[in-house]
Amino acid sequence: MTARADTPLARFAGDFVKSPTAVAAGIGLIVIALAAIFAGTVAPQNPYDLAQITILDGTLPPGSEGFDGFHYLLGSDEQGRDMYSAMIYGLRISLFVSFVAVGFAVMVGLVLGLLAAWRGGWVDGLIMRIVDIQLSFPALLVALLLLAALGKGVDKVILALILVQWAYFARTVRGAALVEIRKDYVTAARSLALPGWRILFGHLLPNVLPPVIVIATVQVANAIAIEASLSFLGVGVPITEPSLGLLIANGFDYLLSGRYWISFYPGVALLVTLVCINVVGDHVRDILNPRLSR
Amino acid sequence: MLAYLIRRIGQALLVMGVMATIVFFGLYTVGNPVDLLINPEDDLAAQEAAMARLGLDKPIHVQFGYFLAGLVQGDLGTSFVHNRPAIDLILSRLPATLELAFLAMALAVLIGVPLGMYAGLRPNAPASKAIMAASVVGFSTPNFWQGLMLIMLFAVFWGVLPAGGRGDTVDVLGIPLSFLTLDGLSHLILPALNLAIYKMSLVIRLARAGTAEVALQDYVKYARARGLSPVRVVGVHVLKNILIPVVTVLGLETGNVIAFAVVTETVFAWPGIGKLLIDSIGLLDRPVVVAYLMLTVFLFVMINLVVDIAYSVLDPRVRIRGGGK
Repeated sequence: MTARADTPLARFAGDFVKSPTAVAAGIGLIVIALAAIFAGTVAPQNPYDLAQITILDGTLPPGSEGFDGFHYLLGSDEQGRDMYSAMIYGLRISLFVSFVAVGFAVMVGLVLGLLAAWRGGWVDGLIMRIVDIQLSFPALLVALLLLAALGKGVDKVILALILVQWAYFARTVRGAALVEIRKDYVTAARSLALPGWRILFGHLLPNVLPPVIVIATVQVANAIAIEASLSFLGVGVPITEPSLGLLIANGFDYLLSGRYWISFYPGVALLVTLVCINVVGDHVRDILNPRLSR
Repeated sequence: MLAYLIRRIGQALLVMGVMATIVFFGLYTVGNPVDLLINPEDDLAAQEAAMARLGLDKPIHVQFGYFLAGLVQGDLGTSFVHNRPAIDLILSRLPATLELAFLAMALAVLIGVPLGMYAGLRPNAPASKAIMAASVVGFSTPNFWQGLMLIMLFAVFWGVLPAGGRGDTVDVLGIPLSFLTLDGLSHLILPALNLAIYKMSLVIRLARAGTAEVALQDYVKYARARGLSPVRVVGVHVLKNILIPVVTVLGLETGNVIAFAVVTETVFAWPGIGKLLIDSIGLLDRPVVVAYLMLTVFLFVMINLVVDIAYSVLDPRVRIRGGGK
C-alpha cells in the first residue's frame, strides 16, 4: 500500500486498477450486467414472444439467415429462437437468481453472525453448530435435495440458494465481529450506554463488511454455477424462464447429432461470467487482505 | 472421547431425521407419483388400486408413521417405480459410483501433483503459466457443461470414445467393475476425467504453493549441497512434504466427489447412485430419494468424523473435547 488517497474507497480503487487482468474482468462484468439488465433492447429478438419466432427456422447453424432474412449470429434452437437473444435473456435470469439469493443470504448471515458474536453463550453455540453441520455438506447436494422437496420455480431456487449460502456469511461475520468487539471504539460505544442494536448495526456492521464483500463475490459465482447445475439436472428454474443452465440442458439432445451451438454458446457465456467474477473476487480479496497471498 | 463420539453420532441422527422429514413431506406436496406411474387411460378404480398398493391412499401422517416404523426395523421402504427395496436399489448402483469416484481421485492426484510441482519449481516458465491459467479455467467451468464439451469433442466430432453408458463389466467378488474390460474402460474414461478436472485444478494449486514453499527450505538446500540428483531431491524430499496438505484436502473433498458425481452421472448416463437420485426425483419415487439422503448423510458424517479423529492423532495440538470444537 504505497498510495495514500483520501478515502478508503479511493485507495481501494487505486489498488484495483493496478491489475490489468482484474480491470479487464471488471469491464467484462459490467458489460455482462448491462446486457442482462437491458436484455429487451440489446437482444435482436425476444425469444419468448411467439410472434417473433418461427419453427421453420429451427436448429439453424450459426450465421444462417432465417426465412424472413433474420440473421442468426449464433444459430437457433429447436423452436427457431435466436440463440444469441436466448442467451442474453438466460443470463438475466441466472444473474437475477444469484444476486437476489446472495443478497438475502448476506442479510441472514449478517444478522445471525453478529447476534452470535454479541450474545455469546448458548445463542452462539446453537447458531454455530447449525453452521458447522451445514458447511460439512456440499451446497449442491443440499440444494438438490431441498428442491426435490420444494418443486421447480425461480422463487424456490432462490430460497434453496439462501438456505445453503447463509452459513458462509454467518461464520465470516462472527469471526470478524469477535475481533472487532474487543476494540476500543466498541468499548467507547458501550460506555456511552448505547443500546445493543445500535452498537451492532451502527458500529460493528460497517467494520465487518470487507470480508463479507469478498465472500459475497465468490458466492455470487457459486450461486450462478449451482443454479445452472440445478436447472441442468431438471430441478431448477421452469421451462418458461430458462436460465443459461436450462438452455444448455435443452441443447444436450441436439449435441449428439452435431448441432453443438445450442449447448456450446450458453456455456461459453456462463464460463466467461464465472471467470470474470472469480478474477475480480480474487483481486478484491488480495487488496482487502494483504496477508492472504496466493 | 466417548462423549465426543456420542455427541457427533447424535448430531448425525438429528440431521438425518430433519432432512428426511423435510424431503418426505416435501415430495408429498410436489405431486402424486401415481400420476406418472399408471396408464393415463386407466379408470379411477385402477388408479385407486395402484395408490392402495403403494400405501399412498392413506393420509400423509399415517404414511410417515409407517415410514418411521419401517425405519426402526432397518427398512427404508420399497421403490414405487422399481418395486424393489430402496436400499437394495441404491447398493446395487453404488459400485458404479465408487469406481468412477476412485478413478477420478486417482487421475486428479497422478496428473495434478506433477503439473503443480513443475509450476512451483519453475514459476516463470511459459508452461507453468499455461498450467496455472488452465487450472483457473478448470476451477470455473461448470461441471455439467464441461462434460457436454468432452462428449462433443471425443464422441461427436472425433468419434473415439462412447458418449455415455457403462459398457461391459466383469464381476469381481460379485461386484461389477468396468475398468477391467477395454469397452468398460472406454466408457469410464470420459466421466472420470470430467469428475477429475475440478479436483485436479485444486491439487495443482496446492502442489504449486507447497512446492514453492518447500523448495526454499534448508533441508532441500542441504540435499542439493550433498550432490543428490535433482530427480531425487524433487521426487523424494519435496514430494514427501507437499503431500500432507494434498492428502488432507482430498480427504475432505471425498464427499464433494459424491455430490458432483450426481452431475457427471447424469451427463454421461452412468448408472450410479447419482443418476438414480435424479431419475427418482423426476419420478417422485420418495422411498429412493429418502434412502439416498439418509445414506449420504451417514456417509458424510462418517467421513468428517474420520477426518477429525485423524487430525487429532496426527496433530496433538488439535484436541477433541466432549464439549464440541
